[in-house]
Amino acid sequence: MRYEICYRNHHLDGRALRIRRTVEASLGIEVADMAIADVYLIEPDNLIEPRVAAEIFSDPVAQSCGTEPAAGRTGVTRWTHAVEIGYRPGVTDPVAITAKAAMEAVLGKGAAESAVVETARQYLFELPAGADVERVAALLYNPLIERAVIISRDAWEGGDRFPDIYPHTVAASPLAIETVQLSGLDETGLAGLSKKRLLALSVAEMKAVQQHFDEPAVREERRNAGLPPDITDVELEMIAQTWSEHCKHKILNALVEYREAGKTESIDSLFNTYIRKVTENLREKRGYLRSVFHDNSGVIEFDEDTLVCFKVETHNSPSALDPYGGAITGIVGVNRDIIGTGKGARPIFNTNVLCFGYPDTDEKDIPAGLLHPKRVLSGVHQGIVDGGNQSGIPVVGGAFLFDESYTGKPLVFCGTGGILPAKIGGEGAWIKHIDPGDLAVMVGGRVGKDGIHGATFSSLALDESSPTSAVQIGDPITQKKMSDLIIEARDKGLYKGITDNGAGGLSSSLGEMAEDSKGVRIYLDRCPLKYEGLAPWEILVSESQERMSLAVSPETIDAFMDLAAKRNVEATVVGEFTDSGFVEVFYKGETCARISIDFLHSGLPRMQLHAEWKPPVRPEPALPDYGDAAAAALTDDLFALLADPNIASKETLVRQYDHEVQARSVIKPFAGERQEGPSDGAVLRMRPDAVKGLTVTHGICPRYGDADTYQMAMCAVDEAFRAHIALGGNPEYAAALDNFCWPDPVESASTPDGRYKLAQLVRACRGLYDACMAYGLPLISGKDSMKNEAVLNGKKVSVRPTLLVSLLGVIDDVGGAVNTDFKCPGDLVYVAGLTNGELGGSSYERLKGAAQGGCPKADPASAGELYRRLHQAIQMKLLSSCHDIADGGLAVALAESALAGNLGVEVDLAEAPASDKAMADERLLYSESPSRFVISVAAGRAAEFEGIMASMPFARAGTVNTSGAVTIKRNGKVLIDTDLRGIRNAWEAGGF
Amino acid sequence: MGKVTVCVITGYGINADIELLDAFRLCGASPDLVHVNDLITAPQRLMGYGIIGFPGGFSFGDHLGSGLVFANLFKRNLKDRLEEYIRDGGLLIGICNGFQVLVKMGVLPNLDGRWTPCTSLIHNKSGVFTDRWVTVEANKECRCVWTAGIGTLDLPVRHGEGRFITASAEIHDRLEKEQLIALTYHGTNPNGSEGDVAGITDPTGRIFGLMPHPEAYPTKENHPVWKDGDGLQIFRNGIAAAERK
Repeated sequence: MRYEICYRNHHLDGRALRIRRTVEASLGIEVADMAIADVYLIEPDNLIEPRVAAEIFSDPVAQSCGTEPAAGRTGVTRWTHAVEIGYRPGVTDPVAITAKAAMEAVLGKGAAESAVVETARQYLFELPAGADVERVAALLYNPLIERAVIISRDAWEGGDRFPDIYPHTVAASPLAIETVQLSGLDETGLAGLSKKRLLALSVAEMKAVQQHFDEPAVREERRNAGLPPDITDVELEMIAQTWSEHCKHKILNALVEYREAGKTESIDSLFNTYIRKVTENLREKRGYLRSVFHDNSGVIEFDEDTLVCFKVETHNSPSALDPYGGAITGIVGVNRDIIGTGKGARPIFNTNVLCFGYPDTDEKDIPAGLLHPKRVLSGVHQGIVDGGNQSGIPVVGGAFLFDESYTGKPLVFCGTGGILPAKIGGEGAWIKHIDPGDLAVMVGGRVGKDGIHGATFSSLALDESSPTSAVQIGDPITQKKMSDLIIEARDKGLYKGITDNGAGGLSSSLGEMAEDSKGVRIYLDRCPLKYEGLAPWEILVSESQERMSLAVSPETIDAFMDLAAKRNVEATVVGEFTDSGFVEVFYKGETCARISIDFLHSGLPRMQLHAEWKPPVRPEPALPDYGDAAAAALTDDLFALLADPNIASKETLVRQYDHEVQARSVIKPFAGERQEGPSDGAVLRMRPDAVKGLTVTHGICPRYGDADTYQMAMCAVDEAFRAHIALGGNPEYAAALDNFCWPDPVESASTPDGRYKLAQLVRACRGLYDACMAYGLPLISGKDSMKNEAVLNGKKVSVRPTLLVSLLGVIDDVGGAVNTDFKCPGDLVYVAGLTNGELGGSSYERLKGAAQGGCPKADPASAGELYRRLHQAIQMKLLSSCHDIADGGLAVALAESALAGNLGVEVDLAEAPASDKAMADERLLYSESPSRFVISVAAGRAAEFEGIMASMPFARAGTVNTSGAVTIKRNGKVLIDTDLRGIRNAWEAGGF
Repeated sequence: MGKVTVCVITGYGINADIELLDAFRLCGASPDLVHVNDLITAPQRLMGYGIIGFPGGFSFGDHLGSGLVFANLFKRNLKDRLEEYIRDGGLLIGICNGFQVLVKMGVLPNLDGRWTPCTSLIHNKSGVFTDRWVTVEANKECRCVWTAGIGTLDLPVRHGEGRFITASAEIHDRLEKEQLIALTYHGTNPNGSEGDVAGITDPTGRIFGLMPHPEAYPTKENHPVWKDGDGLQIFRNGIAAAERK
């Protein structure tokens, strides 16, 4: 039966108003009128009476519900086209899941168990004659996961109708376990097999598998266990998943030969040599580290009662194909990393950094097969709205970056922080136990074909053959129910170990947990499925969302299962942990995999890679001499920078993210009375009655890497750390995450410049190490993604090597946190930190469209002292405002503080600390030298402030005023001459 | 006299429960977090409380319309007990999604005494979820015990479906005449609500629903520019009224 629900008065439907605006803005098609109907398709037909359906599916005051078409009752009498959109078979439909629950809420539990429930959304448009309805529909759906049916008015009058039910069955896979003959295959054969099965394994890796399964001892052992001599498909898929770049970080762990200036150096694992090394060196000095690198997120102590943890993941490949699904699964996925940390943590914030191609890119410049950046942005944005808001986790900050290099693959960094009590059950909450005899329990959603091969697929470049099965939709509500259950069960001590089902599904979660106990038996036929027809290997590696894996002791299993049933969360014992030394997998009584834990986790041959650094030649260009017109030209530059989408207002987007839920927010994404200026990061209060809080900041500056990724990495660390300082964070109490998103750095026929890209990676690791050591900033977790390019029609679009540094810090007193907005007319304005005048890689460079020489260089050794002094001044509450200088340089920072405070400012930069007092005005205004701040101080506190900052590079530059004029001079000469209106216009014009 | 006990209801996507619990605790009450399924299996539990709180969140994802499924679940299983609770003088507060649940159950504004829904909270005029701080003004003539003594107050709104409408102009007139409109937006109306309505009460004055989040303003530093002010006054009012009972 088809039920269609629409507003009684369609003019009240805000969604329709928004879609009209979108269609008009995107396509220039004037929609004269429109309405939306929510559609529920239910089999069997007689399951609910229409009156009951109205109660279940509609709001009696605002809506009407009926079995007759909504087209006849929406009030849009002159509609020309009806478009109906729903999910394709097999794609998770969260609304349908809720619709079933809604039916059972009214009809009784189990009443809808075997019913077929589909949902769709119908749009009735009144379009002008000749308008292309296909283009309108294309704005509303993604053919990869959705289908659209369009009926014109003429066809409707001729009797066409939407179907009573859409096809909903998923093609079944053969259920038999297959064997794959590896023995005797040559290199070409192995490479072909890897490609055909989408294993993403190299020839060397395929050979290692081949050799292992050829070993007489292994063969003998398999015979005894009743397994065929050849590897089974279940085993091959499990090994490929476990050995994927995504899961094993093969490149960061490789042996690297690095050449620079004729000298060669061997690096035994970039991860161990630089990343882990930072933390090892700082472990003693930073007593707050609890669990680093090995769990799902990094854990530090917040205070004696509380731990906090933090993780940032990427979800680039899925977001390229389906931006909405990619982002939402990115968010709920990293949320699960937190839920699965230690004995289980509660997520308390999300923070996302999103990198796209330019929204105004010409359609012609988008290779066929790729989505336009605007489309990617809007889908990812909607995914973040739904993923964060519905989960009740505030989006506390983050960033949007735009660069032409992200047109091939967007970078979607999803970060989540969590909280857990210091001790659970009398021991550190970061410790898990998985012992032989414990039961392996899968909790949450069911297993389907969605998300098969995600782990291996993300380890490849995007191309025409990219599998659509890797794309899926997340359901935050199923996950919220599950995470509520987990926290409740944790506090009752009902489980011992936990990890999430993300990339690689059960294969990854149970395979990793089995390392602790030294073995596991998995019964695939016990896993609850969304539908029949999954091959055993598909059940094992499916990445269907909203699932966690738990180790539950036999003593508490009944209590755990009972609680899960009470909370309506599905939980299933799918196996048990053993100490056999093997992962053993069974399906309907048959053994389908038996792999030794040693081989699975340590049998992967190490990559041997070559890197060669040749510094790019980037001459310093002469800057234009504007003569008398300097002020006009420089002011125009400022406007253009403020309108750059990287800098411009993102208020329209960010306001759609709940940044208040959980009531912790002290410094929000916006600053000032009008709540429009950007803040430097987030400050969160941990409890309403506690003074201590957290800071969350990021550093990312990919364009600097054009000159040198070493400096790029140093500057990224500095940016995150100086924002922490600007907010009032304690310089001695912070931890960071590294997140590398690189173009393929392995030299090959398709990547002839692999050696240079790997050298860029080596140098970035060194920069990361040096800056973190200088600031005493330990790294606690990280992530890398090494295939960020798209190859379409033989053309490769690679991302700029990108390093995101995300920082979680402690602020001793949230009441002393500082924001970016100028507060009071008459306050004195200071510039702190040395301007070196570099323009390479800057926003100014992008504006001018030509390389501008060397990139900013960090000097953490001297910046450290500046930060300590500034922190001292902040602790004494001497600062009215503080804004770190980043994208767009000093002039942009001044403009932003003025805008946020809705106050004017007049400064003279004659005394502003600069490496060369005679440097060009552009350099002083727009260089992005790191470690600098714009500060305002009440006149009455100026002497104290200047006393603390004595001998530091800083200068008083001017005052805050009420006139609204924003004037920047140098030795009396006017460089920038504008006012708040001019700034606001530019900032909003380029914004969203 | 013992502390006022509060039942803060949770489950199925409610997500502003912990801060509501904290708000009641900070104001001196003794709140419990209770899963709705545990009430369904033991409805009598409701009767032991002085206040019941329906927190904000996304119950059932708002997938079929905000609060609708939770309202049906609650009404189908607990209507009799909740009616008895209200008859006995119990207090109720619904915030954001909780307000939507109360309105869709018909507990608010309950003009006919039979819980017939006659108002609703629909998609924002903008068509998008919005998070911003707004100023609300309490109606001095309103008998709502929760808003007593409050003039204006800054609070955050965070919702996609907060646009208040009535089934007819007559209903709106009755709400005004009977002084059941407890709270209105002052200045910015963030969602297009009819008559700038931000919160309403029922004829008893003990049941209160509002879209803004007073529990998200427990300290000065929660305010965007750290203005002194106090979302907790609403909870102190409720607790004081429950003590008088």
